[in-house]
Amino acid sequence: MNTYGWVQAAVFFGLVALLAKPVGLYMSGVFQGERTFLAPVFGPIERGFYRLCRIDPDVEMSWVEYVMAVLAFGVVGLIYLYVLLRTQAWLPFNPQHFPNLSADNAWNASVSFLTNTNWQFYSGESTMSYFTQMAGLAWHNFVSAATGIAVAIAVVRGIARTDKKTLGNFWVDLTRATLYVLVPISLVGALVLVWQGVPQNFHAYHDVASLEGFKQSITGGPMASQEIIKELGTNGGGFVNANSASPNENPTPLSNLIEMLAIFLIGAGLTYTYGRMVRDQRQGWALFAAMSVLFVGGFAASYAAEAAGNPLVHQLAVAGGNLEGKEQRFGVAASALFATVTTDTSCGAVNAMHDSFMPLGGLVPLANMQLGEIVFGGVGTGLYGMIVFVVLTVFIAGLMVGRTPEYLGKKIERREMQLAILAALVLPVLALIPSAVSVLLKAGTATLGNNGAHGFSEILYMFASTTENNGSAFAGIGGNLYLNLVTGAVMLLGRYGFLIPIMALAGSLAGKKSVPETLGTFKTHSPIFVFLLLGVIVIVGLLTFVPADALGPIVEQLQLQQGKVF
Amino acid sequence: MKKHLVTAALFTVFSVIALGIVYPLVMTGISMLVFPAQANGSLVTANGKVVGSRIIGQQWTKPQYFHGRLSAAGKGYDPTSTGGTNLAPTSKKLIDATKAAVVALKKENPDARGPVPMDLVTSSASGIDPDISVEAAYYQVPRIAKARGLSSAAVYTLVDHHVQGRTLGFLGEPRVNVLELNLSLDAARS
Repeated sequence: MNTYGWVQAAVFFGLVALLAKPVGLYMSGVFQGERTFLAPVFGPIERGFYRLCRIDPDVEMSWVEYVMAVLAFGVVGLIYLYVLLRTQAWLPFNPQHFPNLSADNAWNASVSFLTNTNWQFYSGESTMSYFTQMAGLAWHNFVSAATGIAVAIAVVRGIARTDKKTLGNFWVDLTRATLYVLVPISLVGALVLVWQGVPQNFHAYHDVASLEGFKQSITGGPMASQEIIKELGTNGGGFVNANSASPNENPTPLSNLIEMLAIFLIGAGLTYTYGRMVRDQRQGWALFAAMSVLFVGGFAASYAAEAAGNPLVHQLAVAGGNLEGKEQRFGVAASALFATVTTDTSCGAVNAMHDSFMPLGGLVPLANMQLGEIVFGGVGTGLYGMIVFVVLTVFIAGLMVGRTPEYLGKKIERREMQLAILAALVLPVLALIPSAVSVLLKAGTATLGNNGAHGFSEILYMFASTTENNGSAFAGIGGNLYLNLVTGAVMLLGRYGFLIPIMALAGSLAGKKSVPETLGTFKTHSPIFVFLLLGVIVIVGLLTFVPADALGPIVEQLQLQQGKVF
Repeated sequence: MKKHLVTAALFTVFSVIALGIVYPLVMTGISMLVFPAQANGSLVTANGKVVGSRIIGQQWTKPQYFHGRLSAAGKGYDPTSTGGTNLAPTSKKLIDATKAAVVALKKENPDARGPVPMDLVTSSASGIDPDISVEAAYYQVPRIAKARGLSSAAVYTLVDHHVQGRTLGFLGEPRVNVLELNLSLDAARS
């Protein structure tokens, strides 16, 4: 480890903290229907869009209505992308003449992009036409992110409102999230990325011969416009296979910083939006504080492991940190930082190959996902994931002092607890049971890229990643029919199995009356609460996943210390 | 539900046109006007021919050129098949490959000074990493000076001239772009 690495992380996080308030303030205006400074430009587009889509922006929806709208949009989006993938050979902007995808590959990729996962069993540069990339995948990057934000805002309304039956209008939230938040930042961000060197063209691949006569095919495509929304929407699906490790997608240390900022920006801002909408800014900062602690811990652990390097390589008289699967321009620090950021959130873009991280370095991204991606988290999903833990924490605190638990003036009763537990169970069930089943099946282990404990880690990582809609991978593992089908189902259940109970919880909270605060009310913005919240997150995570992780990264670390190879 | 499906379908149609088609086309138009070189892939020409891209690494084997990192992209440095080895730190395959790379590197550079640089015996994440560390460039200087009949001092100076420091003093790692360095070697000869 060196000072540069720490300064890099500190500056990055300082920028996130600085941007959280202005972005959060702006978003609270957007979602409370206020006129923003972009209204002169986007206002007419917004109103025109409502007319074209026959949306009545004044109609409010109950939680059931809202979920129905989310599901309807999901069904249409899934079918649309599936059809596109199965017909891309006959559509325009396909200079490399890529064929249509097979049914199981198309299923996996459509679910993957619908659910904001962007798990990729394919290599973009040799599979997807430019049209598929921009009109299929990048479009999903926008709207799946906007869906996450919309749901988070609806959940926040549920907490903020009293004695109401409605949570807002999904179509309006979706439109405003896209138009006022994602589009403006993407327009500017894409151009900055082009300036740094990310290509933005429609050329066929350029065949060249090097000075030595080595033949090479230089890839192209509308990359920058997709790259920015891939990060901003915490989608993470690379235009090319190497994702943000590719110098095409991420050519410089500065583009790397911008991409990491884009990943955290909205999630961090939403904690401020949250405080604003529940009319108690301290509540938002309390969540921000808890998230920050987890971020710093994750980065420190990952950086330490990667900087220490591989003892088996050091035996060959080669000194230094672990550079296998890392890019020279980023080095160890910026790679460990990116890996932490991309799994604190549901992004899943990578600028280094997590599969080649040291066992404990790779445990950090795995553990981040197993904790539920609640450090700023996926746009929207991170906030409502954190709210589940908040509900669990106030419940446990209530048990300790023998009072009916309440949060922000709402009594947390039996129904709320049932729903919160239901949501909290989705992650362990989906991440662990398919892992256990896959280990037992030939099809589940046929495509592993590594032997020994690390092979098991690849499976464990895959199901944590698909359940949590992250999309990063211990990428040595390859796709086959079985994995295409199973991970597809896991991604769907991970997204909607979590979203529906949370929306039910929000609907239930919205209908409650507000209880006045008394001296005995547990202060949910106090440092004690933040500490307790962290305790609950870590204990739930540890109890659930340590037994499995012990068979993967932890045992691999012990074997490494003994010099064992597989 | 039916009403929602209709809205969803309309929303999909119009947002695909706006976000999936108009947006990338507009960004391409603006990029071509403002940053045409980058938008077109940062292509590099020598003697009137395109010889590569500044941001994409290439395979180098001749002793008179600087060599890059190991590559797992296709048969090596294939931009249509990017990626790393994805081998674990406890992988026998990886440790054997690293061992072989160390032996080969030492054989190619008998006069090299200093320890073997880590980046020259590991595969990059993308398989098309365009850069090497400054130490990795220095390590190869004696070989190149010999192959080209130049003084080592002249080649060191050339390397130093191409070192890119940390961006803004703290971002990323110092590095040397291999293609640009090799182009300047050829230019120094003529």
